Amino acid sequence: MAYSDKVLDHYENPRNVGSFDKNDLSVGTGMVGAPACGDVMKLHIKVGPNGVIEEARFKTYGCGSAIASSSLVTEWLRGKTLDQALSIKNTDIAEELALPPVKIHCSVLAEDAIKAAINDYRTKQQPAA
Amino acid sequence: MTKPIYLDYSATTPVDPRVAKKMVPFLFERFGNPASRSHSYGWDAEEAVELAREQVAQLVNADPKEIVWTSGATESNNLAIAGAARFHKARGRHLITMTTEHKAVLDTMRNLEREGFTVSYLAPKPDGLLDLDAFAAAIRPDTILASVMHVNNEIGVIQDIARIGAICRERGVLFHVDAAQSTGKVAIDLDALPVDLMSFSAHKTYGPKGIGALYVRRKPRVRIESLIHGGGHERGMRSGTLATHQIVGMGEAFGIAHREMAADNDRARMLRDKLLAGLSVLEETYVNGDLAARVPHNLNVSFNFVEGESLMMAMKGIAVSSGSACTSSSLEPSYVLRALGRPDELAHSSIRFTVGRFTTEADVSSTIDLVVRNVKKLRDLSPLWEMHQDGVDLTKVQWAAH
Repeated sequence: MAYSDKVLDHYENPRNVGSFDKNDLSVGTGMVGAPACGDVMKLHIKVGPNGVIEEARFKTYGCGSAIASSSLVTEWLRGKTLDQALSIKNTDIAEELALPPVKIHCSVLAEDAIKAAINDYRTKQQPAA
Repeated sequence: MTKPIYLDYSATTPVDPRVAKKMVPFLFERFGNPASRSHSYGWDAEEAVELAREQVAQLVNADPKEIVWTSGATESNNLAIAGAARFHKARGRHLITMTTEHKAVLDTMRNLEREGFTVSYLAPKPDGLLDLDAFAAAIRPDTILASVMHVNNEIGVIQDIARIGAICRERGVLFHVDAAQSTGKVAIDLDALPVDLMSFSAHKTYGPKGIGALYVRRKPRVRIESLIHGGGHERGMRSGTLATHQIVGMGEAFGIAHREMAADNDRARMLRDKLLAGLSVLEETYVNGDLAARVPHNLNVSFNFVEGESLMMAMKGIAVSSGSACTSSSLEPSYVLRALGRPDELAHSSIRFTVGRFTTEADVSSTIDLVVRNVKKLRDLSPLWEMHQDGVDLTKVQWAAH
């Protein structure tokens, strides 16, 4: 398998690895994938009072392309509003990393992780009934 | 770029320089066809071929007349299994083998199923070894042949071919053994072992690629149908001009193995144990296959909570084999590890390290350093590792499958 230079760079030097306190109300968690499928992504976003993503962190169990996809989105998410973040498409990720067709699912997973994290954050903001 | 450290001796070995030196004259000065009976070029080549046959026979304590040259263990397995099955099909059409055999055996069996044979594929015990009771129970009145490999190519476990062979003898079943991975690692005494057919390869034992042999027992005589027809070479069992230089190489390689096996094994065991000890600092690391009934140069380990393909990416400084076929487009984990009952995740994250005659202690030290560093790095990245550290039982988690 030949990896693009960008995938190799993110694999060698993953950005924003880690976690936030998932119980913090300003934090949204997205956990997608399954071990049996070969990839699990966990994405944390920290949202400021102005609704802008201040920081993102990830941990990924998966191939180099999955690690690179999640590492890349943590860079992209920073400074974006939630709606801007939701507009990130898997095709943007796949294009940026030059993912081969067999690795497109890694970019799909990263997009799903963003959606799941934002969904989690928004759910948390609703006052308990 | 410096070459990766080679720890894949079960894939192939370099030709020992002493072997290469013996082979070279047979490419030019001594180029004769061993089948030429009318001049000294032929006689000289024939003499070299027969000396090599003696060297191969000596390593396994067989009669040189029981050794048939082939192109390698794949051909030997085909010739032994298909050849014996077709010759004896009037007696029965049932064959027995294991699910963990090499593809050269499994695919030959599959092909025979299309010819009307029935095959029983026995799963190993979790340690990789054949369950002898299950084997005895699988034998039917129409069983004509059983094929069990001596040493498994992936996990290095050694099957008890003496006891398996004894069961076959008692029940009148021919017994074939694929010994491609065992020559030079395990002592083989075909005079004592109840084995009828045995496959050998040169290139796993410091000989050249493209040459192998099949042992065909003479007392009692084992009959097989040939697969390749032509000039009736090798007593009609394998036609085709003999590859003198390759044969000379295999003979010399097996001769060296005969003399140096004990020393080779002591050294391999020392290196393998050093590697195992070095990797044992990593928790959640599992050795695949029994450690005691195992060739000394093999270590097959699974690293839990890291994904196989990213692990292989991290291994680029060393040449090893992975339990995950990620180099092909399929993401199928090793069928051998699955047969042992390993979950897919562990089968995927397995690495086979096989050391050999030219592996140094420094190679092993560098490998330990690289593997430990990278597994730790990947675990720091792994949400599964984090959950495991937090005491989460991953088997109880509801995953959003995709």
